[in-house]
Amino acid sequence: MTSLPRSTDKRLGLAIDLDTCVGCHACAVSCKEWNSGGSGTPLADVDAYGAAPSGAWLNRVHTFEITPPVGAAEIVHFPKSCLHCDDAPCVTVCPTGASYKRGEDGIVLVDEALCIGCGLCAWACPYGAREMDPVEKVMKKCTLCVDRIYNQTIPEIDRVPACVRACPTGARHFGDFADPDSSVSKLSAARGGLALMPDLGTGPVNRYLPPRDTRRTQTATVDPPPPAETSATGFLGWLDAALERLG
Amino acid sequence: MHPAISVIFFTVTSGAGFGAMTVIGLGFPLDGSRLRILILCLAACGLAVAGLIASTFHLGHPERAWRALSQWRSSWLSREGVAAIATLVLFFAYGLIWMTTGTRLAWLGALSATGAVFTVFATSMIYAQLKTVPQWNTGLTPAIYLGFSAATGWLVVAGLGDAEAPAPAGLALVVFAWVLKLAWWRQSARARLSDIGASPETATGLGFRGRVRLLESPHTGDNYLTREMVHRIGRKHAGTLRRLALLLGCVLPLGLLAAIVVLDAPSAFMLGPAGVMMAGLFLERWLFFAEAEHTVSLYYGHR
Repeated sequence: MTSLPRSTDKRLGLAIDLDTCVGCHACAVSCKEWNSGGSGTPLADVDAYGAAPSGAWLNRVHTFEITPPVGAAEIVHFPKSCLHCDDAPCVTVCPTGASYKRGEDGIVLVDEALCIGCGLCAWACPYGAREMDPVEKVMKKCTLCVDRIYNQTIPEIDRVPACVRACPTGARHFGDFADPDSSVSKLSAARGGLALMPDLGTGPVNRYLPPRDTRRTQTATVDPPPPAETSATGFLGWLDAALERLG
Repeated sequence: MHPAISVIFFTVTSGAGFGAMTVIGLGFPLDGSRLRILILCLAACGLAVAGLIASTFHLGHPERAWRALSQWRSSWLSREGVAAIATLVLFFAYGLIWMTTGTRLAWLGALSATGAVFTVFATSMIYAQLKTVPQWNTGLTPAIYLGFSAATGWLVVAGLGDAEAPAPAGLALVVFAWVLKLAWWRQSARARLSDIGASPETATGLGFRGRVRLLESPHTGDNYLTREMVHRIGRKHAGTLRRLALLLGCVLPLGLLAAIVVLDAPSAFMLGPAGVMMAGLFLERWLFFAEAEHTVSLYYGHR
């Protein structure tokens, strides 16, 4: 049923720290790996080793340059995946019931056996979170690793989405945004977590933690002053003079 | 947005087919033989069905298309499928009764006309509902789909009918449809992403730190999103294509209709303007997709 649940018991999602993300793409690669061996059909690539490789990814890391009115530009790596919206437009447009949002935890999923591959859900998503599998011809999207987070057969430490587990800088946090005392809720509140394009009314659950201001003070000078000409003393002074003599 | 040929063919052709059903169902003057009724009904249904079949060509799994009939409570695409089938059944019954008994049941005609109008409306709502494409997200989108459906449907019925077709009505329908389309073009020129204040700054939420520019795309090549929603081919030719769409879709059909009136030509000549107008609408529909900007392009460097 592609009507949305009135509310969900949990609102599972990610808080992504743009301050600590180094743009290594480990989250994207780990996601691709996990979702090529999981319960759904593999996330396919076409022409993977050829001239024009292309494939389905559930997480893509964009890199933006932000130029402030004064001062140096900063680089922000921006991993983008499904935001598991409260009012997900991708779900309601689905003609077959393949797209659905779970009432218990708010995860937005696709039942691949029902998907006709019309692509309308991808058009309805403002964020580009859904991609058509080039081989299976069904819509693929982030499952929040639903086959990991409840999986009792893997060690408890691994029961988080693959992207969160893989991140070497701890820039990705997983938790329940419906619980104001959860780590992600507190983190988002403390850091002024951003919702993407909230004016479109999708009610995204995921939050992006903007770069901290401390970053900027460290890179405040636009043109670093040229190193001062200092005359070396001691051993280095002797070496300098000796090399000078050698010409 | 990617202008898929199957979807362009579908919207134009089934628009004309359901438009023809509307016109016939509302009692377009026809006093013909059984053969004439058969030809008319086959043409209307044929156009609608050809469009519907074409629309399944862009599906990843056409064999599962029947599943699209299940979610009519929430999905416009599903509503369109249900309405199309219901309308075809109603219109088939209307045509069959007309052919066998010789009487046109006005109530059944009105019912199939209502169904046909709703089907075209549902088609247009598939696009008009998308907040992600501001140029489509307007009440004028259903208006142009309905306007063009009525105009092309009228021309097809007038061309295949035997009675003296009231050509001024056809002229009025074509002009009315294009007035709506010109209003739509005017509106769409003001509803591009940049016009409504959407930018990489608003998309990332990072505008408060400065001007945002895509430095590196996630991948060196293209992907499904860029092919489907960041489509830019042909936009530089948009002006030429618009003039061509206007010429084929509006000026020529109007000229031909006027000539038919002046020369008192047989109504079969109405098929000329019908064909030319549909050719023009293929261009109009191509532009409808190719010129539309989707918010996801903001993450891929579009400004």
